[in-house]
Amino acid sequence: MTINASGWKPEMTAGTGGAPATSTGNRALMLEEPLIFEIGSAETTGVDFADAPTPAADRLGGLAREASIGLPGLSEPEAVRHYTRLSRQNYAIDLGLFPLGSCTMKHNPRLNERVARMPGFADVHPLQPVDTVQGALEVIRQLAHWLVTLTGTAAVAMSPKAGAHGELCGILAIKAALEARGEGGRRVVLVPESAHGTNPATAAFAGFAVEDIPATADGRVDTDALVARLGPDVAGVMITNPNTCGLFERDLKAISDAVHAAGGYVYCDGANFNAIVGRVRPGDLGIDAMHINLHKTFSTPHGGGGPGSGPVVFSAALAPFAPLPFVEEHDGQLVLVEEETAGEHHAQSFGRMVAFHGQMGMFTRALAYILSHGADGLRQVSEDAVLNANYVLRSLEDVLDAPFAKAGPCMHEALFSDSGFPDGFSTLDVAKGLIDEGFHPMTVYFPLVVHGAMLVEPTETESRAALDQFVRALRSVAERAKAGDASLKTAPHFAPRARLDETRAARKPVLVWEPADLPQAAE
Amino acid sequence: MRYLPLTPADRTEMLAVIGAASVDALFADVPEAARLDGPIRGLPNHASELAVERHMASLARRNTVAGEVPFFLGCGAYRHHVPASVDHLIQRGEYLTAYTPYQPEIAQGTLQMLFEFQTQVARLLGTDVANASMYDGSTACWEAVVMARRITRRGKAILSGGLHPHYVSVARTMAKYTGDALDTRAPDLSADTDVDALIAAVDDDTSCVVVQYPDILGRIADLRPLADACHAKKALLIAVVTEPVALGALKSPGEMDADIVVGEGQSLGVGLQFGGPYVGLFGCKQKYVRQMPGRLCGETADADGKRGYVLTLSTREQHIRREKATSNICTNSGLCALAFSIHMTLLGEKGLRTLAAANHAGACAAADRLARVPGVELVTPAFFNEFTLRLTQEAGPVVRTLAERGILAGVSLGRLYPGEEALANGLVVAVTETTTADDVEALATALEEVLA
Repeated sequence: MTINASGWKPEMTAGTGGAPATSTGNRALMLEEPLIFEIGSAETTGVDFADAPTPAADRLGGLAREASIGLPGLSEPEAVRHYTRLSRQNYAIDLGLFPLGSCTMKHNPRLNERVARMPGFADVHPLQPVDTVQGALEVIRQLAHWLVTLTGTAAVAMSPKAGAHGELCGILAIKAALEARGEGGRRVVLVPESAHGTNPATAAFAGFAVEDIPATADGRVDTDALVARLGPDVAGVMITNPNTCGLFERDLKAISDAVHAAGGYVYCDGANFNAIVGRVRPGDLGIDAMHINLHKTFSTPHGGGGPGSGPVVFSAALAPFAPLPFVEEHDGQLVLVEEETAGEHHAQSFGRMVAFHGQMGMFTRALAYILSHGADGLRQVSEDAVLNANYVLRSLEDVLDAPFAKAGPCMHEALFSDSGFPDGFSTLDVAKGLIDEGFHPMTVYFPLVVHGAMLVEPTETESRAALDQFVRALRSVAERAKAGDASLKTAPHFAPRARLDETRAARKPVLVWEPADLPQAAE
Repeated sequence: MRYLPLTPADRTEMLAVIGAASVDALFADVPEAARLDGPIRGLPNHASELAVERHMASLARRNTVAGEVPFFLGCGAYRHHVPASVDHLIQRGEYLTAYTPYQPEIAQGTLQMLFEFQTQVARLLGTDVANASMYDGSTACWEAVVMARRITRRGKAILSGGLHPHYVSVARTMAKYTGDALDTRAPDLSADTDVDALIAAVDDDTSCVVVQYPDILGRIADLRPLADACHAKKALLIAVVTEPVALGALKSPGEMDADIVVGEGQSLGVGLQFGGPYVGLFGCKQKYVRQMPGRLCGETADADGKRGYVLTLSTREQHIRREKATSNICTNSGLCALAFSIHMTLLGEKGLRTLAAANHAGACAAADRLARVPGVELVTPAFFNEFTLRLTQEAGPVVRTLAERGILAGVSLGRLYPGEEALANGLVVAVTETTTADDVEALATALEEVLA
């Protein structure tokens, strides 16, 4: 049986844009690649097994799988080629500057990868007796010490799996603290309109009602509006600092004080911590909880969409409510305090958020990165990140509208708008034009408080030459947009694909490969 | 500092371009009282690659490596052989250092891989569709409960006693704050699953029944009668699979009419890693697709008519819908999904079935050998690659004693269910293709001595 029963071959020779067609659809090093379902077969395998003893009869309780599963296999050389060819259709930090604002696409050091693969970390089971995993627990303890010290906070929960999961951790701790005070009736979480979408989604996921707080004309939270809304129904606020406009929230300490005075808590979205590591300790600004994206600030790879890791630091007020498990030292030995073993001391913990203990493979990478930089290096990281962003801001503000640039420097990311573009030209066109210039676009249409936002975060791991190259490219694309260059409307012209039809994808979703439902590739 | 390209001269010249007197001027918005005047005291300064590698290696050496001893742990994380090419491929920078594919024209590699992953997962789980991954099995399980609440508009979930206790714990934590009602129970140390009790418990308030397959003790139950009972009450059946290799030998939950099937995908491609990162699998029937959490990759065409892939149905998601989203998840487990998918592609149907058969055969042989140890009784007559033994004494201390002898014997139920005396003598033993006959003999011999 072959998986590709229909014998269908994708159409890959269409759309040659004036250049001569090739019979394969390939363009020299730009190679088309079919799906595994079109090239693999159920009989092919790339894994050999020793001859296994066959039991006289299976003991599967009469539930042996009889029907075919429909999983194609490839031999090892075919598989290596398939995934290598696919990989070449991706942009990546390793290829060039990746200025996605709020995502902190910095270089991912390869020492991290080597360390994470040490068998003593990679080949250890989460339920091994604690005597046999003392080194792993020590990694967690050392990383926790760095995170608490760098943030000036009282405790850290290591288990959250990513930033949004960390937000959930912080919000649940707030809820637990309120309930412990008998104020579980506080139902409202205030979220600035410039916040990441995960903030309101998290608050709602935990059962809170979300209310927006407007931004001021200078791109910061409207402190007066926020303070005016505080009251006995408000559980807390979720605030991003530096914020999604790339600006430091100057009033954060005052906001924290006001929120505390009104009986609420302050959750800080730490996605942008890279801008201030070693320059400011968020704990000194009065925040009660903040997640740290190890995959942003501390260089663990983004992996095409995870895995991330989102430890959450807590103020003394929220620390007792932190989730299990914890690593603690008892009589010179590190132990893992889980719900099963948590005594009175942890009676207020809000519980468990994940199976096992968090993203160990990210902890090893992040600790290797932190130790590499040290206290002095991390301070240099934030300085260079901010320097690079301001360099981009000042190099482009004559050609792109920079709504908050007049008021002073930005932090780690530079924000531009589409103001001044002629009718019919948008931020999207600039983004797609930038692809043709060999760059990944910046974050677009976010934050929502700026029209046609373009948020550029270069990070500290870009050289001045790389910044200059990017600035020249973005300047040229912006000038083309302003001049009404129609070719920009159909960009990208040189990517593996032209603009993709997202409406069509959503109208009748095709989420799995099925031979019977194949659409015609060329319409 | 090796990760920072700017030179002192660059910094000076760039400040001049910016028009700032100093770097400090760029931080002028930071309130003076909160400014740090230098590196935080009490923390070490930067270190060479060699020094950091030595430090980390010294910590790694303090752990017992699963592959270096007779090893029998499972309970939600399994040790399988991962082909060398998997790790080679996921370390390609184009995968490793890419982001969520928001710009599809230059992310077709990740997107096509996700489309293939979704198809593989759906076929393995027996569902119509699957998403692009969740954090892990435990969070996928809770998201499935939330999804069932949205679909049925009912707030009570019934959790099988055979569901991994950490998964139950996660659900309990969340339900405490969301107001969902949970009907939970502890497992019995017996051959029987609680399917009949679950069937009896389904009522008109039930949003879903959550059942693990095979369950935490390794037992396997036909889910069809449970699915029928759920559907008769307009409730959903959620099946949880913590060992996906089992589905190379067992009927899929989808075949037995489960509505949502979630899983832990760690077994394929990912490795043990002390518990994370792992990869959550999430599949469901087509009619529920718009209620799914997480990223979905879909097929479309580009402006030239060429086939291509995009993230789709994002109106379910937080970056569009904010507080009305189906979930708050953003970053998921993309690279682990890639590892899973590559491993699955290398196996193919033939390889997966052979792998599953080898696991089952090895487990059968091990169960028979261990059941011959005086003081050991096999509790579970039917199982895939993991079974439960009842010892004549508490299993926890036995596991620790064997660890001192260099044998990682399995997971004691006392570790997972402290205080449950009826379970304390239970030992869950997992056997995979990495387990040798010598390993089994070493465990059996050691158990004979310890239990004598």
